[in-house]
Order: sequence, then C-alpha cells, then structure tokens
Amino acid sequence: MTTQETHHAIEITGLHKWYGDFHVLKDINLQVPQGERLVICGPSGSGKSTMVRCINKLEDFQRGSIVVDGIPLTDDLKRIDRVRREVGMLFQNFNLFPHLTVLENCTLAPVWVRRMPQREAEELAMHFLARVRIPDQAGKYPGQLSGGQQQRVAIARCLCMNPKIMLFDEPTSALDPEMIKEVLDVMIDLAESGMTMICVTHEMGFARTVADRVIFMDQGEIMEINTPDAFFRNPQTDRAKEFLGQILSHGFDETAG
Amino acid sequence: MYVKTERHPDLAPPVLEAGALAWARKNLFSSPLNTLLTLFGLWLLWATVPPFLSWAVINANWAGDGRAACETLPGEQAGACWVFIKIRLGVLFYGFYPEPERWRIDMAAIQLFAALAPLIAASLAPGRWERGLVLFPAAGALAVLALCGPVPGLVAAAFLLAPSILCRVDFTRLTVRLPTNPLLRAALAAGVFLGVRYAAQTFMPKAADSLAIFSLVLLFLAATMGKAGPTRWRLSLLVFVFPFISFWLLLGDAFGLPHVATDQWGGMSLTLIIASFGMSTSLPLGILLALGRRSTMPVIRSLCVAYIEFIRGVPLISVLFMASVMLPLMLPPGTTFDKLLRALVGMSIFYAAYMAEVVRGGLQALPKGQFEAAEALGFRYWRAMRLIIMPQALRVVIPGITNTFLGLFKDTTLVAVINLMDILGVVKSALADSQWLGFTKEGYLFAGFAFWVFCFGISRYSMQLEKRLKVKR
Repeated sequence: MTTQETHHAIEITGLHKWYGDFHVLKDINLQVPQGERLVICGPSGSGKSTMVRCINKLEDFQRGSIVVDGIPLTDDLKRIDRVRREVGMLFQNFNLFPHLTVLENCTLAPVWVRRMPQREAEELAMHFLARVRIPDQAGKYPGQLSGGQQQRVAIARCLCMNPKIMLFDEPTSALDPEMIKEVLDVMIDLAESGMTMICVTHEMGFARTVADRVIFMDQGEIMEINTPDAFFRNPQTDRAKEFLGQILSHGFDETAG
Repeated sequence: MYVKTERHPDLAPPVLEAGALAWARKNLFSSPLNTLLTLFGLWLLWATVPPFLSWAVINANWAGDGRAACETLPGEQAGACWVFIKIRLGVLFYGFYPEPERWRIDMAAIQLFAALAPLIAASLAPGRWERGLVLFPAAGALAVLALCGPVPGLVAAAFLLAPSILCRVDFTRLTVRLPTNPLLRAALAAGVFLGVRYAAQTFMPKAADSLAIFSLVLLFLAATMGKAGPTRWRLSLLVFVFPFISFWLLLGDAFGLPHVATDQWGGMSLTLIIASFGMSTSLPLGILLALGRRSTMPVIRSLCVAYIEFIRGVPLISVLFMASVMLPLMLPPGTTFDKLLRALVGMSIFYAAYMAEVVRGGLQALPKGQFEAAEALGFRYWRAMRLIIMPQALRVVIPGITNTFLGLFKDTTLVAVINLMDILGVVKSALADSQWLGFTKEGYLFAGFAFWVFCFGISRYSMQLEKRLKVKR
C-alpha cells in the first residue's frame, strides 16, 4: 500500500510523438500527483489535446514512457484496458451514443466492461445523473438535450466507471456561453471531491479557481509549469505573455460587449 | 390614430385556393405542357387499364378444374385462365416436394410467420404491441390454432410466446459467470459441442452434427443476450433458432422424418429458402468484410478489398456456374456437394460483397468520436462494434440494405442456370405441359405478382423501421 501512496497518478517521461514527419510532441516530462487538478492551456495546434489523448492511448506515441496509476503504457492490449478503466475522458463534442437513452449511455460500460448487474448499474447511473443535476432526463435520447446537458451526461457516463483520473479535452469549447457555466459548476464540484483531473481548457476563470498547477504548451513543448496565481500575474515566457494577452483582452471584449 | 375594435373573422378561401379544383389546377393543369401531359396520361390509363381488368378479372375463368373451363367460346371475349394457376398452386408453392410430406413446409412457414409477424406488428404499432406483451402473441397463437389446427397452433404458440417469456429472464448473471479467458471459453465451447455430439450420436446419429452446432448457438445466445427486450429475443429466435428447426423439418432424415432430397424442393418455398438464407448470411458476412476493409491490419484489409472487388466484378451467374460446375472439378473426385448448398453459398458470398460496401458506407458516416468514446470507456474492439458502432451504422444504411435485399430476392431466379426449380422454373415447366399450352401470360403474371408481394412487403417494412428508428435520434 505504501507504494500505492507514493507513486504519481500519471508520470510522463521523455515523450515524443510524430505524425509522419511532423514532430507534434517534443520531450514532454510531467508528474501528476494523485488528487491534483491540472490545467493545460496554449494556442491551438500546440499539442495539448494530443498529449492528453496519449494518456489513455487514444493516440500512439513513438518515444518516451507514460505510467498511469502505476501501470506503464505499452502496446499490450490488457494494460491499455486496465488504464482505460481507471481513466475517464471527456470530449469537446461530448460523443454520447445517440442510439441509446441517457440512462443506457451511462449503464453500457459498467455492464459490459465492468460486468456489473444491470440493476446495480442503473442505480449507479441515476446516482451520478443526480449529481450532475439531470436525473429527470434519464429516459431521453442525447439528441433531445442541449449541449450543456449532453456534456453533463458525458461526465456522469465517465463517473459510472468509477475512474481515478479524469481527462477533459476542451469540454466547454463546443458550448454556447450560457451553457458553459453549468458544465463548469459540475467540474468544480468534481474537483472539490478530490478527483485527479487533467483539463485542457481556455476557461481561465476555471483555471484560477480550481487548478493546482497550470501548464502552458506551445509547438509541442511544455513552456511553463506554474501555480495559477503566478502564471496569470506574471507569465515567464514571452509566448505565454502574448497568449494570455490575447485570451484576456478577448475576455474583456466579451464582458464589455 | 387607428384602433382596431373588432377581430376580422376567418373567411373561406377562394375556390381556386383550396379543395379539389385548386389541387387539380396546381398539379395537373398548371401550364399548357402539363395540361397536355395530363390528358395523355388519362388517355393511357383509359387505353390500358379497362382492357387489362376485363381480361384479368371480368372475363377471367376462375372456376373449374380442367382445360375445358378455359375454352373461349365463339363470340365470347378472351379472359385469363386462372384455373391453370389454381390447379397447379400446390406445385407452384411446394415444387416437387412429395405430397404427404408437404405439411413440413407448412410448419416451417407457420414458424416463420410466428417469428416474423410480431416483429412486423411491433414496428407498426410499437407501444400497443409491447404493452400487450403476452396478450397479443397468445391471441396470434389462438388464431393459428383456430385456422390451421392444433399442431400448427402449438408450433406458432412456441415461437410467439417464447420472446415474451425470455425477456423476463435475466441472463446477465450467466454472462458474468462465464469465463472471460478466451482459452477457457474455447474449451467450454468445444466441451459443449463434443458432449452434445457424443450424446446425440447414440440416438440420432444423422442429426448429431447439426444438434451440436445448434447447442453451441444456444450457448452463445444465452451468453450474449443479457437482459434483452422482447424485440431482440424475437429477432434472435428468428435468426438463430428458426433456421435449425426448419432445416431439420425440411430435409428430414432425423427425428423420425423421412429424408427429402433437395432436388425435390422447388417452387415458391425454394425461392423463399434461398432468399432468406441469402439475406441472413450476406448481412453478417458483409459486416465482417466491411470491418475487415477498414481494419488497420494490412493483410486482413487487402484480403477483404481483393475479395470485395473480385466478387463485385463478376456476374452472379458466373459465380453460380463456378460453384456448380467448376467447384466439383477442383475437389477430389467422390466429394459431392449438394446442388442447393452450392447455390446458397454462391448467393451469400456474392451478396456479401455488395453488403460489405453498403455497411462500409454506414461506418464512414459515423463521426470518429464514437469510436474514441467507446475506446475511452474501455470497450474492446468487437464489443464496441456490436454495441455502439454497428447499431448506428446499420441504422444509417437501412435503405441500402433494403435495396440489396430486394436485388437478392429477385436474383434467386438465376438459380435456374444450375437447374434448381424456383418459382419461375416451376412456372416454366408448367407452361411446357402439352395439355396446357398457351397460358404464358397467366403463368408469368402470377410469378411476377408473387415476387411483387414479397418485395413490396420488404420495402414497406424497411420504411416503417426507418421511421421508427428516426424518432429516437
């Protein structure tokens, strides 16, 4: 048990990835302790999504190593399965299964992957649907819900697998401004429960309130790792200053207009 | 200042805006050319329909039981001779299946009806049918009992009621208890197969192999169904159980039934057998080929591409010829394949290639995120395909699948080239009867009508299915 407590939730060492000739990720090194809330930001094309997607092997990588919850990621399917069971993932486009009801979306993986009895899975699903505040939509199909509701269902679907780590790949980027808050509220609620979270997002308010650390990436490299306070007040690299300048002025425009 | 004090009442529309006259003006006489076309169409209808009806219905000979009934007396208008069809109805449906054994085809047909009718009814009136879970099937069974007698009634009842009972059983416990290790699974399957085969060999040696396969199928069903609704059970019974029972019924040589060789099969029943076998095998084969073509494994992918492109490049007739003439030449002398079996295999490998491309279209329509979400939740490839990807992909391509099925149904007539007597073959042989020369029109019209009834049924069902599934999106 002592080793369980000492190891990091995620350890990335010397990670490189190429798409053909294109060097997408360059020498990524990162340790995420258990229970940490990590926010990754950076301009589009900086490799932040790709890095997150490497953690549950949605993307292959060519060099380096990733250890998730003590399990080194290799091409071995069994290990990948074990990692994926521990790691929940949220997508920009929700990716709910449109042919299943909200409840079925949530019970499918527990029943078939975790081999949970149907009734138990349904109770679990209802519990988490209540936690994301949409228990009344359980019988509907995803197409009948708003974007914010769909993303909350997606969160409940992840939680039903009882993950130790959750990855968020721009979870609010496809949402209308008024729906962003309802999703962020659920995420903040999750963060307070002690879940290890890695979150690619442009929501700087969210980063400021819940993140333990902020990572800034550019052109496939980690440029800066800092506490949110220090990062927003005094970014160290020029690229980060420029990026923050753009993001924040954009934010001002929105509040002004 | 203007203030409205009274509401304007709704008035009836002008004559030319709504009603029959307006409809006709808008759709039939909107321009000189359209007026001309309408008049031409009316003339065409007048010129063709009344003469056809007078031949096919009004002056037709329905009664009688011999050639004499159809003689046209001088001064009488010529009419169709449906007596010709009537006295051959048996052959047209059963082919040359021995008369005392024809009840077996009837039983198979009743089973098919009992398995299919609720599926169709459920798609026509979903809510009502599902609520009357036991009531409606029971009523159906009683109807068959009243119309056809006790044995058919029992057969129908088994198929009609089983899904309503099975859907209350939770097989998930069994699923959870079965071994996950693929080696153990294979061992279990082999054990069941060999065990049943050994047991069956003592009392029913000729059916031992098929019984063993059947028991494996049942095991697979129980292991994969979990807790399923009645519709899924109905489908599963239709796909996995019905074929075995029909096979034993029709071929015989087991369970105390005399053997009826396949060269005695024929007529509409043979057409239906070939068509339903073709449909039920080409779809799953096509799915596998489509997945293979999208596989990341280069060997599998190129094999599937080669297969699909080769088969799509040759006509069905040549595939049937190959199966029937070339295959025996290539096999060591002495090995014989049943002629019907060759036709069945030929049909399904041919249409599997077409189906593969239809299914691939559906797979391509799915966003990549669906695959990723399934993976991220920990689903392995096959399970993700079965539970998440295929239900969506197939839904998208229902029109394409229907199209292919209809093509397949009509192409069953091509088995004539390897001397199988499908309905068209039986009609032809009836036309060659020297006693009944000159009734070509009646014969082919009947065959055409028979095909139309089934094809129209298939296309209506697919439309209903599409409509029902669309509601859920």
